[in-house]
Amino acid sequence: MLDIQNLQVVFGTGRLRVDAVKDVSFHVEPGAAYGLVGESGSGKSTVLRAICGLAPITAGRVLVEGRAVTTPRGKDFYRTVQMVFQDPYASLHPRHTVDRTLSEPLAIHGEKDQEARILQALREVGLGPSFRFRYPHQLSGGQRQRIAIARALILRPKVLLLDEPTSALDASVQAEILNLLDDLRRKMGLTYILVSHDLAVVAHLCERLLVMRHGEAVEETTSEALRSGVASNAYTQSLIQASQGFTRDAKEPVRSLAG
Amino acid sequence: MTKPLLDVDDLRVRFHLRTGTVEAVRGVSFQLGRERLGIVGESGSGKSQTGRAILGLTPPPGEVTAKRLAFDGIDLLTASKRTLRTLRGGRISMVMQDPKYSLNPVMTIGEQIVEAYQAHAKAGRREARDRALAMLEAVKMRDPARVFSLYPHEVSGGMGQRAMIAMMLVTDPDLLIADEPTSALDVTVSMEVLRILDELVTERGMGLIFISHDLKLVSSFCDRVLVMYAGRVVEQLEAKNLREAQHPYTQGLMRCLPTLKDDVRPLPTLNRDPAWAQ
Ligand SMILES: Nc1ncnc2c1ncn2[C@@H]1O[C@H](COP(=O)(O)OP(=O)(O)OP(=O)(O)O)[C@@H](O)[C@H]1O
Ligand SMILES: Nc1ncnc2c1ncn2[C@@H]1O[C@H](COP(=O)(O)OP(=O)(O)OP(=O)(O)O)[C@@H](O)[C@H]1O
Ligand SMILES: [Mg+2]
Ligand SMILES: [Mg+2]
Repeated sequence: MLDIQNLQVVFGTGRLRVDAVKDVSFHVEPGAAYGLVGESGSGKSTVLRAICGLAPITAGRVLVEGRAVTTPRGKDFYRTVQMVFQDPYASLHPRHTVDRTLSEPLAIHGEKDQEARILQALREVGLGPSFRFRYPHQLSGGQRQRIAIARALILRPKVLLLDEPTSALDASVQAEILNLLDDLRRKMGLTYILVSHDLAVVAHLCERLLVMRHGEAVEETTSEALRSGVASNAYTQSLIQASQGFTRDAKEPVRSLAG
Repeated sequence: MTKPLLDVDDLRVRFHLRTGTVEAVRGVSFQLGRERLGIVGESGSGKSQTGRAILGLTPPPGEVTAKRLAFDGIDLLTASKRTLRTLRGGRISMVMQDPKYSLNPVMTIGEQIVEAYQAHAKAGRREARDRALAMLEAVKMRDPARVFSLYPHEVSGGMGQRAMIAMMLVTDPDLLIADEPTSALDVTVSMEVLRILDELVTERGMGLIFISHDLKLVSSFCDRVLVMYAGRVVEQLEAKNLREAQHPYTQGLMRCLPTLKDDVRPLPTLNRDPAWAQ
């Protein structure tokens, strides 16, 4: 479904040059869910943004259903691929109501039954009709994220790129969204790429995942392996350990703590 | 007993919309000493609005009332605009849930931290710059000098969050309200950031309100936890006892978490009882 071949993304030049993604390749089968994990700034969001044409592809290729993507991406592309952004504040138009945010993609693609589809989309993400005419600033962080997810789902795309879709959500809403994503995948064969720093969330939704660091792919592994705590890479191992919660006895004593 | 750093009694926040009134916070009371207080609760339960009201940052047309809202003996409800302005971003800081939204898009990260520092400390440009770079390093930025000269849209989600934390800590606040400060950070960086906050509490005696939906994190990091539901505090307990929570909402929350250990599918969800909102 998705083929990322030797993807490279460079921002800036000279002193400000950043090699955000260096020679990253992976393949996602139709109906599969693929995870991207790794430390902050390692290039995870940039990979997703490059796929949907929001970051430059400096070298390498991105293939969707066997065909290389065109720049700029066409209307067809966005019918097939939708993205949920890490930052729902920046991705929702501040002066558009929820209703307008959700009806716009329907209108662009000439879809019918707008009203019913909007209400259904809201229901799917656990929001009632009373939210329909609110503006983004009138919503809590998690409510905004749910609107962003509803907008991505409303066209029923084949591929969803999910950038930290549940990191702004509390456990109960997260569970509802994860169940919804699981369900949609089973019923409609959706394909996902999921970026998350929560290994338990990645293991729950994905079968395979790529661990990134400094723009490079350091290890491709499976959720099975994560669950059993096996990782050949030391960095992956440290991610698994750190996911157990906060400990006051720091392993690398950055600065010693008082008391 | 020493007087609390922050005293909140019967805090209420309302928004009058055309479609009706939203009661975002409905009578929240708590006291905070020089400790780590966690606030957890479901999305929309009023956590952020509680934090914002303490700082006087409730967005219009929001209406805030309280029987008492005092910081270090200063009544925040009657304090002058000037007093509030000096407190805010100085002795009281808040790391907002939406870092990129709260950073100025047309100013570099470094300049914003410099400005924040100079607004509250008499410092020359040179000193302010050094402080800003040191803060960026303290929040584990890989290349502080590069990040200093980047605009908010040029940094990753987690870098934006850390930039915001650096900006809020540069003035050495006595009270820090951190709203989901680590939600976009991978576990290893998030532990580093928590360690910084931890030091500020244990060594400098800062008071910390830590808003998060990450129960595991809160129970391992905080001293006490308030559990909010529909604008109210429904339970207050020692953080380490979160697993023994009494309220069915808190218990339910704990069960919804996916774990690396077991593969439960579908995940349990909450059956919200209307009585919890009473
Ligand atoms: N528009 C841009 N201009 C310059 N540099 C950029 C731009 N966008 C991203 N970068 C840089 O690319 C690198 C990778 O960023 P990216 O957003 O992909 O990280 P990430 O892995 O998603 O991190 P996080 O987990 O913190 O969201 C960072 O060093 C960032 O500063
Ligand atoms: N400006 C506003 N106008 C109307 N309602 C608002 C406004 N701001 C917030 N609300 C509502 O107030 C309630 C509490 O919001 P708040 O942002 O405090 O939630 P939260 O607990 O921080 O949730 P999250 O975990 O999703 O960030 C929500 O139901 C939200 O929709
Ligand atoms: Mg990112
Ligand atoms: Mg919030």
